[in-house]
Amino acid sequence: MAKEKLTKEIKIPAIKNGTVIDHIPSRVTLKIIRLVDPQEFEHTISLALNLKSKKIGKKGVIKLSNRFLTKEEVSKVGILAPEATVSIIKDYKIKEKIHVKVSDMIEKIVKCSNPNCITNIEKVKTRFNIVTEHPLKIRCAYCERTMSRDDIKLN
Amino acid sequence: MTQNFKGRDIISIRDLSKQDILTILDVAKKLEDKPMPNLMKEKIMATLFFEPSTRTRLSFVSAMERLGGKVLGFENTEVTSVKKGETTWDTIKMIEQYADIIVQRHPIEGAARLAAEASSIPVINGGDGANQHPTQTLLDLYTIKKEKGKLDNLNIGFVGDLKYGRTVHSLCIAMSHFRTKLYFIAPDALQMPKSYLEDLDKKGIPYVIEKDLLKAAKDLDVIYMTRIQKERFPDPVEYNKLKGVYQIDKSLLNHTKKDVKILHPLPRVDEIKKELDDTENAAYFRQAGNGIPVRQAIIALVTGMI
Ligand SMILES: [Zn+2]
Repeated sequence: MAKEKLTKEIKIPAIKNGTVIDHIPSRVTLKIIRLVDPQEFEHTISLALNLKSKKIGKKGVIKLSNRFLTKEEVSKVGILAPEATVSIIKDYKIKEKIHVKVSDMIEKIVKCSNPNCITNIEKVKTRFNIVTEHPLKIRCAYCERTMSRDDIKLN
Repeated sequence: MTQNFKGRDIISIRDLSKQDILTILDVAKKLEDKPMPNLMKEKIMATLFFEPSTRTRLSFVSAMERLGGKVLGFENTEVTSVKKGETTWDTIKMIEQYADIIVQRHPIEGAARLAAEASSIPVINGGDGANQHPTQTLLDLYTIKKEKGKLDNLNIGFVGDLKYGRTVHSLCIAMSHFRTKLYFIAPDALQMPKSYLEDLDKKGIPYVIEKDLLKAAKDLDVIYMTRIQKERFPDPVEYNKLKGVYQIDKSLLNHTKKDVKILHPLPRVDEIKKELDDTENAAYFRQAGNGIPVRQAIIALVTGMI
């Protein structure tokens, strides 16, 4: 534990104000960073991949300076990485730690992977039901296609 | 009991509980035994067929007219049936002013759910792309029940294109309400999608994956044949090789139980030889006929007329 903390401190500088997303499975870390639109963002973003984690094997960590996640963004993190934690940092201290989780019904934020789904053809807000949480499987309320986490594309 | 159907949409077999299914089959049986030619008098059904399906449409029209109701609607025969501009939502908002119940056929998956959300009158899904066709599933169940006298303790074999076969997927979901054993008989490339098998695992429904129909034949009470569509195969040689394997003729009956029943959602191409048609085992034409009482039951229940 102490060792892991040390590694983290060396690789990712602490931030004064902003958000730390931790315990992200490495393979979805890049998907999550895309949520914050990194090209458009002017403050520092630090990112580490393949850190050792007892809980999830290899993990990723993202630190966003001066950026706080909206409710919708937190739900998106929850869909991609329900194991992740989102910490709000104020003045180098953790002010709030959010354990993200998948809600029973996912609305709007996920795109259906079926190109012949009505939600991809007409202007319709998407809606998905959770089939199983571990591993995550969701079903489109319209076309009934099931998607696993790897198929999920966010809107 | 039938009260809870009034105003409901019939979009997906997943929306129906075991009790819902049994109620529909029950009402269908009553209507078959004792037709009610005036039940839907003064009522109008709108049939919105955004893609052609003559069989389904005629079955619905016949069902409604034999209940004394009227029908209006359209059937789009163009290949590109979804015109740009007018949305499903707007079409439904207009049509609901003209009718008491809507039957919709649409080439896009999920269009039925959207129509139901738009509509203040009941919507029946007459097929939405590769997704659902619940009235077909209900008439399949009705046929099994009528032919075999029960829905429990049956071995049901699905044969042919199980990967893309919409009717197979829905019937598999519906049968999982009952104590059955399912046999999926198809080439590897056309086997049942994993997500359906996982659902069966979760519900504890036993099933067998098999390539060879003859190997499974002796166990089966019902054989549900489907068409293997040429379009599914990039290689015509592969298609010709496979389609022959899943064609059946009278010789199959040497390997089956005497009272096995053969079902098929129709139309068939050549997967069931004509010589089987006049056997007691061939249930597929009776199956098509069963569409009438089943659709009558659904129409009557959701409009609250029964
Ligand atoms: Zn969809």
